[in-house]
Amino acid sequence: MEFQLDRGSGVATYLQLVHQVKQALRLGTLRPGDQLPTAREVVEKLAINPNTVLKAYRELEREGLVTGRPGLGTFVERGVGGAGLAEHARLRRGLAAWVREARDAGLDQEDLRALFAAVLSDTALSDGQREGAGREGAA
Amino acid sequence: MNAPILEVTGLGMRRRRRWALRDCSLAVPAGRVAALVGPNGAGKSTLMLAAVGLLAPERGSVTVRGSVAFVAQDKPLYESFTVAETLEFGRRTNLRWDGEGARDRLDALGVPLGARAGRLSGGQQAQLALTLALARMPDLLVLDEPLANLDPLARHDVMRTLMGEVAARGLTVLLSSHVVADLEETCDWLVLLNGGRLQVSGDIDDLLAGHLVLSGPAGDAEGLDAVSASVTGRHATLLVRGERAPDPRWSARRPTLDELVMGYLRSPATSALPGPVAVER
Repeated sequence: MEFQLDRGSGVATYLQLVHQVKQALRLGTLRPGDQLPTAREVVEKLAINPNTVLKAYRELEREGLVTGRPGLGTFVERGVGGAGLAEHARLRRGLAAWVREARDAGLDQEDLRALFAAVLSDTALSDGQREGAGREGAA
Repeated sequence: MNAPILEVTGLGMRRRRRWALRDCSLAVPAGRVAALVGPNGAGKSTLMLAAVGLLAPERGSVTVRGSVAFVAQDKPLYESFTVAETLEFGRRTNLRWDGEGARDRLDALGVPLGARAGRLSGGQQAQLALTLALARMPDLLVLDEPLANLDPLARHDVMRTLMGEVAARGLTVLLSSHVVADLEETCDWLVLLNGGRLQVSGDIDDLLAGHLVLSGPAGDAEGLDAVSASVTGRHATLLVRGERAPDPRWSARRPTLDELVMGYLRSPATSALPGPVAVER
């Protein structure tokens, strides 16, 4: 995988690296058994302090996502998220179809983001209510 | 913490009859990339020349545990030598010499071996000077303004080379710069000089975590451990020592490296130095 740095983002550099590894795990571009680039490879591309890379890898190791093997490198231990890769691909196709439909209906990038965020928070809310109702029913 | 590779104790240096450095004590652990920062005339070059042994301490002592290489600001090269001749000269004048690594690095950077050093671009000259220093395989590399007069791409390339070497073999670097933004992603240790005195020396993450920028009503600032303050009407912005906001009247956030450096430079009487170290008797 190739790390990118957004220098103006205000997000700590090591966290940017952590997020990018997690994103790659979600998208399946990194899979269990894959090796992360060495600290040297990363710093020779990004011109950042090697300790920043090591700090990011320690954080990923702490979360159980990767394992450092002395003298060999850092390897992906497991993926993130519940769904498997096939499931991921299917959902992604569904979402892409939905986005095309919304575009045809005249929604722009901003509208899409707002709509997606609204539905996300609505469903989180109704999930919470359903759980609450379930508990009441059981009581 | 790693044992310090560079240890300076009570250093006093006179240049042109004036004290360029007074009572300066600091230690840089091995494997660190230390930024040496301060205004013109702060004593940065004097400290570097003392660290590499080109100037003898007038008071106090300087200890380097290992070998040291130095690149001066004007990046001295023999302009009529070709790059290949420059490398050959380096091989003949140094006991420890990694000629293969030097050639590989210049190849990768596209610096032509047949070109005369004087005809190279500023960025290529900087890379050649850096490559010569690295070929000596030093434990400590001291660089005086390595990024001065370089365009952004050349600055990035110099830093990539440097960071790669730090990762590959635990090289320790001490480099001076005027531009704090150049140091933000690359350095993990800060040495701040001001008017010949040491003001700050320490791990950059620890320093940033140990300070706050507070913003709030001027007049409520008494009792705070402030490094510096700027007041506009009824509003004050302060750089303070501490990890938590003192009370809700103040909005607090972590300083950037630039804010930390500026805060101390504005108040030359303040300092952030490690406490006295117990001495075994």
